[in-house]
Amino acid sequence: MPDAKLPGVLDVGDAGGSGGLGELVRGAAPLLASHLVLVLVALAIAVAVGLPLAVVLARRPRLAGPVLTAAGAIQTVPGLALLALMVPVLAASHGLGLGLSSFGFAPAALALTLYALLPILRNAITGLRGVDAAMVEAARGMGMAPRQLLRRVELPLAAPVIAAGIRTASVWTVGAATLATPIGQPCLGNYIFAGLQTRNWTMLLVGVIAAAALALILDAILAATERAVSRRPRGNVGVPGAAFAALVIVVIGLLPRLLDPGVGPGVGPGVGPGVGPGIGPGAGAAGAGPAAARPDAASSAPVVARVRVGAKNFTEQYILAEVLRTRLAQRGLAVDVVESLGSNVVFEALRHGDLDAYVDYSGTLWTTQLARERGAPSWQILAEVEGYVAKLGVRSLGPLGFQNAYALAVRRDTATKLGLRGLGDLAPHAATLALGADYEFLSRREWTAVRTAYRLGFGRTASFDPALLYEAVSRHEVDVISAFSSDGRIAAHDLVVLEDPAAALPSYDAMILLGPRVAGDPRVLCALAPLRGALPVDLMRRANLQVDHDHASPRAAAAWLLDHTSITETCVPAAPPRP
Amino acid sequence: MIELVDVSKRYDRSATAWAVQHATVTVAAGELVALLGESGSGKTTLLKMVNRLLDPDSGEVRVAGRDVRAEDPVALRRTIGYVIQQAGLLPHLSVADNVAMVPRLLRWSRRDIDSRVDELLALVGLAPVTYRDRFPDQLSGGQRQRVGVARALAARPSVLLLDEPFGALDPITRVGLQGELRRIHRELSLTTILVTHDMVEALTLADRVVVMCAGEVRQIATPQVLLAAPADDYVARLVDVVRLQSQQLHALAERGDA
Repeated sequence: MPDAKLPGVLDVGDAGGSGGLGELVRGAAPLLASHLVLVLVALAIAVAVGLPLAVVLARRPRLAGPVLTAAGAIQTVPGLALLALMVPVLAASHGLGLGLSSFGFAPAALALTLYALLPILRNAITGLRGVDAAMVEAARGMGMAPRQLLRRVELPLAAPVIAAGIRTASVWTVGAATLATPIGQPCLGNYIFAGLQTRNWTMLLVGVIAAAALALILDAILAATERAVSRRPRGNVGVPGAAFAALVIVVIGLLPRLLDPGVGPGVGPGVGPGVGPGIGPGAGAAGAGPAAARPDAASSAPVVARVRVGAKNFTEQYILAEVLRTRLAQRGLAVDVVESLGSNVVFEALRHGDLDAYVDYSGTLWTTQLARERGAPSWQILAEVEGYVAKLGVRSLGPLGFQNAYALAVRRDTATKLGLRGLGDLAPHAATLALGADYEFLSRREWTAVRTAYRLGFGRTASFDPALLYEAVSRHEVDVISAFSSDGRIAAHDLVVLEDPAAALPSYDAMILLGPRVAGDPRVLCALAPLRGALPVDLMRRANLQVDHDHASPRAAAAWLLDHTSITETCVPAAPPRP
Repeated sequence: MIELVDVSKRYDRSATAWAVQHATVTVAAGELVALLGESGSGKTTLLKMVNRLLDPDSGEVRVAGRDVRAEDPVALRRTIGYVIQQAGLLPHLSVADNVAMVPRLLRWSRRDIDSRVDELLALVGLAPVTYRDRFPDQLSGGQRQRVGVARALAARPSVLLLDEPFGALDPITRVGLQGELRRIHRELSLTTILVTHDMVEALTLADRVVVMCAGEVRQIATPQVLLAAPADDYVARLVDVVRLQSQQLHALAERGDA
């Protein structure tokens, strides 16, 4: 294995433990910046739309009712769902006819704008309606035209109530913006999602505290601005005014970087700049051509400035994203990792060219994309999935060598006591047992298939975050869990995976998928194609366990994984290409 | 000169009750006329027809001989002073900014506005140095109403409309301000309409009193004629009330002397 050893990777400071606090705080800075920009853009749009709308509605009570009801209805949609909903909305409407991307900043900003609209609208309408009628009458009697009345009397008098609405919206938006991570917008949610999944509580806390601090500071700045502006027109506007101006300048400075899909601040936990160790700076400039052009076939030579690697929101995906990053960086490619993505979002993002590479599982695509309800031999699933995605311009590099299948697992004592070996043995006992599953499982076709095939009727079912499932079964909170076959915690918690003789569950071969931008890029192919068959399941399990149990960073686990596998390079030389 | 000729108005087309019905009132230049009546008698409705805060359903309103319907309402109002109960000062503006409201709308120069504000504050008995930078919530009710009058007079209107300007003031302040109003009305040769429900205020301030009830004008007369010859039972009852109160006060005073 000439290229398996990666000099430098294991020496990276965050390799051991949970990553130093200093490193985490430094890593939070770009997340905080993009979080702030996202919030301020959403607030600015919500104010720009909400205030004029409120002015119109304040004079038309019949219209105001329905509009406020609609805004209230949006408000009741859980934040996570609202953000995720914007992805298909933007995809179906071609970015609202503006060509906005359906991934990352645009859907996040759109959802947060809608979220911020209600308090801004409601307070502005209430404030304008609450203006003393005698005051308005007097001003009208003085000879104020309607527009002057609005600007000099109604808006100033309603200002405190309007400002309170904007402050409420700002605090809500800062909180809700943490949910932008799964749709591909880097923000403080990256620390929260990744910290939760990899059980890195320090990371989680840094994310949470930073978000809370941001909410409080923003609120304080808005409050000070309001105090200075509303009461005494020539009062002290200096300090809050300057603070606000500084904020605006920062945002204007950062905005172009966020809107350009090619240079998103692809930040993740313990993740340095996009270029890996040992690679010279400027390597990413090799293909500085029009990155936006989407090659329709693998034949044309695409030129991508930065490769965007995606990861879903669980440990194995974080590790594999680091594996892809390392391999790509070795070929001189600049890489951004966008992680903690929703599994529904990630394939769509790849297909539309918002992402370039990630690892998916054949059975997942089989059930979600191909909508198949029954299992099939793994070779058949693989072949059909690869054929299907190829038609969408997505290229599969073949199976990595391990499966991460859904399985049902029980504690060893339960298995022994009830004599459980296969899923069929569960049926007579199911009514007295409790099933714990991840959020998705109970609504997935796999569950329907298993339940039907083995006639399983559990006494109780409960949904857990995947990170907590194994502890839940170990602590006897549930008896059976939905587990993942490549998860090292199955062995660590001494669980027994129940056999599936009826093959109700499909197979889940892990496979690298390439998006249309890089599907024909020789540098990408040289970097990633050799990974085919290179990751046996026991290696993947041990790497997963290093993160889930030993609190190693995903990057360190990825380095370990590459160090312990054997890869046959297909392109020679493996060194960075000539500039 | 202000002429309201056979004006009628109802707020709701389906309603049978008229806010104002076939009212005709003429106010000569330089005259101070009081519109007197209970709440709902139509006196405020009649007043608002002059500066087109309301338009009559029928009839005609003329100010200085010109039909107000031919005027732009916003421009018209800037030439007519308007004072309401509790002044309606804008709480987020200083006294000076409140008084300067109409001159600003008329785009006067800054220097003209500043000197006019000082002049007006002096006219209504408020020392400019002390009061120009205060805010309405730092003034007493009487002071606020003085600022309200100053604001109404800022653009040198020849017509002044007052809608129960002293209604919310304590008696001593009220009497003081009534005297000031009379003085200012005379000094500036204004044509003034004062809406009030206070019979004594109407009788002591006005050149002529218009008594209204249920949207109709019951009598238009000088205070002396009104007291001596009420036109109908309603006016007679109003006059009797004032006379009775006056007699009771006299009786009290005499008993005190005894």
